[in-house]
Parts: sequence; C-alpha cells; structure tokens
Amino acid sequence: MAADSLTFIFLNAAIINNFVLAMFLGICPFLGVSAKKETAWNMGLATTFVMLISSMCAYGVNGLLVSLHIEFLRLICYIAVIASAVQVVEMVIKKFSPALFRALGIYLPLITTNCAVLGIALFQTAREYDFPQSLAFSIGGGVGFTLALMLMSGLREKLELAEVPDISQGAALTLMLAGLLSLAFMGFAGLGGGNA
Amino acid sequence: MLPNQQEQVTLDTFLRGLWEENPVFVMVLGMCPTLAVTNSTLNALAMGLATTFVLVASGALVSLLRKVIPKQVRIATYIIIIATFVTMVDYGIQAISLDLYNALGAFIALIVVNCVILGRAEAYASKQRVGASVINALGMGGGFTFALLCLGTVRELLGKGTILGLHILPAGFQPWVVMILPPGGFFVLGGWLLLFSWLRQRKARNARKTVAAQGVPAHGR
Repeated sequence: MAADSLTFIFLNAAIINNFVLAMFLGICPFLGVSAKKETAWNMGLATTFVMLISSMCAYGVNGLLVSLHIEFLRLICYIAVIASAVQVVEMVIKKFSPALFRALGIYLPLITTNCAVLGIALFQTAREYDFPQSLAFSIGGGVGFTLALMLMSGLREKLELAEVPDISQGAALTLMLAGLLSLAFMGFAGLGGGNA
Repeated sequence: MLPNQQEQVTLDTFLRGLWEENPVFVMVLGMCPTLAVTNSTLNALAMGLATTFVLVASGALVSLLRKVIPKQVRIATYIIIIATFVTMVDYGIQAISLDLYNALGAFIALIVVNCVILGRAEAYASKQRVGASVINALGMGGGFTFALLCLGTVRELLGKGTILGLHILPAGFQPWVVMILPPGGFFVLGGWLLLFSWLRQRKARNARKTVAAQGVPAHGR
C-alpha cells in the first residue's frame, strides 16, 4: 500500500494510529462518556460528524491563510472554525432531526473541547494532505474514535457486574483497561509496515 | 461559591491546586497532554511549564476583562484569549529549542483544548480579582507540572533507565520498552491513581480508628 493512498490514510487513522489509544487525543470524552454503550455510540457518531465538517472547513481556511501569509493565526482560526462548526451542526440537527438532537443532547457542545477534532485539523495541515486525503483522514479518525469508545464501554458494562477491590474503583481501573486496549492496538502496527 | 464573592488571597489559594485539587490526580482533567508527552522527564517538564504560562497569562487577562466580557459569548472569548497565548508559546518554544518543539509536536498547539485552562477561566478567573486568579493559576499550573513529572520520571526510569538523560539504573537493567510506548502512559497514570486512592483510604481508616480508640461512637455503628 502506498503511504498516501486513501485506503492507507483511512486505516492508519482508524486502527494503526488510533486517535485515542495510540495518539492520546480525545481522552476526556473517552474516560467520561464510555460508561454505557448507547451513549458511547451517540458520542462517537456526533464526533465523527463534527470531525468531517471541521476538517473540510479547516482545509479551506488553511488555504486562505496561506494565500494571505498569516499562518500565525492558524490556531485561533481553527478553534473558531470548530466552535462554529459545532454550533452549525447543532442547529442543523435540531431543525432536521429532533430525535437525534435529543439523543445527542449535551454531548454536542462538549465536542468543541475534544482535542481529537483540533488534532485532525492540525495533523492534516502538518502532513499537507490534499482535500480527498483530508476527508479520508477525518472519517478514519472518527471511526477510530467510535471504535475505541465502543470497545471501552463494552468492557466497562461487563465490569459493573464484576467484583473489584475498593481502591481501584473509578478512574484507575478505567485507565488500566485503556492500557490493555492500547497494548492490543499496538499489534496492528505491523499493518503499516512500521513506518506509520 | 457565590458569583460575586471575592476570595481572600491566602497561602491556600496557591496550595489547593498543588495537592487538594490537583488537576490531574484529583479532578482527572487535561488527560491528553498528561499521557501523550510524558515519555521523558524533559518533555513533561516543558509541557508543564508551557501550560502553567498559558494558565497564568490567560487567568490574568480573563480576570482583568471579567466586567467587559458579555456573558453570552464568554466561552468563545476565553478560547480566543487562550489560543492567543498558546500561539505565543508555540512560536516561543520553536525559537528556543527546535528539538523540543519536534518532540512535543502538535501537543503544544493542543494546549488550547486543555480542559484545565478553560475550567480555571470559567470557574475562577471570571469571578475573582487579578491577584487571586494569578496565584490560583500558579498553584494549578504547579500541580499540573508536578503530576506530569510524576509520570514522566517513572516512565523514563523504567523505559530507558535514565532520568533527564542521566543513567540512574545499573547497566544490567533491561529497559521496559512498553513504558515509553502509549500503553505505558495509561498503566503509570492508573498506578499513581491507585496509590493515591489507597493512601486516602488508609488515612480515612486511621482517622476512624483514632476516633474509636477515644471511645467516641462513630456514626451509629
């Protein structure tokens, strides 16, 4: 597989360099909303959607900034773009699908401070992806995020029935689980030929 | 806390962030940089200092402007203020040490979305005087740096046998490479959290024992 093919970029973002488990982006929602499978699924969907929108916007904004030679404003522009993308997505969903809006509820505004979304925008700029590559990258990142969230919530739902020592309740146990998952995902590194 | 209540500046304003309300170990905020850049002590220290600078500077500015910023757009304003300081740090580190800049990568820019900073701006700096905000931000930044160093030293020591590049462990030590890879971050942070919750429990148990020994009945048991 060529390193810049769309399939490779997608797989790389989703599995090999999984955003949550290998690159530590979006840990806060990963620890925060992974208690139930249903909320995890909704959060994953919403985040993927915002990633896609903001990745497209960021691509356009970056082109504009480079042509005007004001790249130092990049960070401020990106964060503004993401915040407005979240706002727009929220309004559109509210208008066209009130059911989905209720399901996503409070998770939508939280996505603004999800570092995975800003991370996508920053990485696609740093790696100089063109437009289709950026799309593949952001969808891959979203899928990877959803995958990690679903795996984690599945594990945590099982753990609720298990007996664990008192001191490991809460964040400590979740982190240990995340470590194991991350260890498992390292096995995928071979897929990328080691040059990921 | 009431919205307009001004807090007296005491030593506690500073110390609270270091231990009692430690952003990483107690509030479990700002996890992404905590895990991502702590594979060596130096990176952890640099990240902690950069975050502290942004915390203090944005805390001071938000506190100065707290009567000017309209309530409806306050979050957006905070984020713009934070992003400005992060851009300064980003270019600053690039000028000071390019190696460090490459090691930290996109995580300097990602200080913008560190929930510790936005949380401080919203919960503290927007309500308190400049002096109190700066001192509180210093404490929080200190606590964050301390937590990062806790992770960074353990991971570097076990992963490479060194601290700040100096060999500490004997040459026969087989490095645990997993510690400087992503899973190590999760394991070490989980380990620290276990340790702290064990200490807390032991303290609570000892307190109960002391009370029982003095012959005072503990809460209806």
